[in-house]
Amino acid sequence: MRLDMLSKLGASTLSLLAALGEFKWLGARLLARLPSVSLRPSLVVRQIHFLGNHSLAIIVVSGLFVGLVLGLQGYYTLRRYGSEEAIGLLVALALVRELGPVVTALLFAGRAGTALAAEIGLMKSGEQLAALEAMAVDPLKRIVAPRFFAGLLVMPLLAALFSAVGVMGGWLVAVGLIGVDDGAFWSQITSGVDFWDDLLNGVWKSCVFGWAVTHIALYMGLECKPTPEGVARATTQTVVVGSLVVLGLDFVLTALMFG
Amino acid sequence: MQRNLNLLVGLFVLLGAIALIFLSLRVSNLSGGGDAGPSYTVTAAFDNIGGLKARAAVKSAGVVVGRVREIRLDPQTYQALVVMDLTQGVPFPKDSSAKILTSGLLGEQYVGLTPGAEEKMLGANDRIQMTQSAVVLENLISQFLYNRSDPAPAEPSAAKGL
Repeated sequence: MRLDMLSKLGASTLSLLAALGEFKWLGARLLARLPSVSLRPSLVVRQIHFLGNHSLAIIVVSGLFVGLVLGLQGYYTLRRYGSEEAIGLLVALALVRELGPVVTALLFAGRAGTALAAEIGLMKSGEQLAALEAMAVDPLKRIVAPRFFAGLLVMPLLAALFSAVGVMGGWLVAVGLIGVDDGAFWSQITSGVDFWDDLLNGVWKSCVFGWAVTHIALYMGLECKPTPEGVARATTQTVVVGSLVVLGLDFVLTALMFG
Repeated sequence: MQRNLNLLVGLFVLLGAIALIFLSLRVSNLSGGGDAGPSYTVTAAFDNIGGLKARAAVKSAGVVVGRVREIRLDPQTYQALVVMDLTQGVPFPKDSSAKILTSGLLGEQYVGLTPGAEEKMLGANDRIQMTQSAVVLENLISQFLYNRSDPAPAEPSAAKGL
């Protein structure tokens, strides 16, 4: 009985390790296809359109509302200390350092990651990938790698857009609604947000998150069982694992960058 | 179709780039008060710098004229040595004095420069001789309490002095 449980534990550990190995191996094979992908940029452009342009609406609207709410919420606390001018700094720092990259990555996992996983999973269960292979076309090169590099490119841009729109939302609340002085709002921000320490670290974070989400989505799509349940499972797993990995990575990166 | 797609993707990338430029120019300190222009270095020794930090502003008459580059402890005198970069083109007389001030009641601390009257100007790596330390709240409070417990409550002038 005990031995049974022990062997179960061992089996699940081994399968986890095998999955990690597959995951890493997929990454290595995708990186090796970077030169051949750069020869056909039109494939990547199509994927940027699919991952980026179609995510614009949700990113911009969420960024705006996150900024609006941060502005209002900051006002309630800062009003006690008579320092409403610091709302801009609060909103900008929170967005640039944490919320911009993290919330964008979560939305990206939900909007684009699921689409990637489902698309590739369906291609796999419809044996389209096998058909490509039979025609001597490398499916990793033709299908997977363009999506991978498009995801890497799109995430930092989306996160920057999210933060910028969020700051504008904070400005709307602070200057438009509450009546904070416009000059004080911006000067507090510029004196408090450092280009290298805050902004660039946020951009690095969004690059890492973009890699993590895209890589997980593609892996889930490629490894799914070729059945309707398998595709459904792959999409769900993409969101669950992707979000958890993003949050965990965020903690590690914040500890390393701002610790 | 492909041309349309290229246009849309170009628009998307442009939007992202604009957002990044907006963040770096309007939101971060890249444009405002960075390492703008040539500067010369002066030092000043303080007994106590309070909460002054590197990159704090150096102001004269409220106008930013430089930044604190470095703060270290002089092991001989146990004073804090504050190294400042002042903007070239804003020379200060040799007998200028430096104070550590606070913007607002609980705001950030900065170095305030008061120009003197001498004809000679401060050069590179010169030392500002007259300095005034930061006001430390705890010292103020303990001074106040000490004066309060003085056994001379009868004197009205002492009470007024508080």
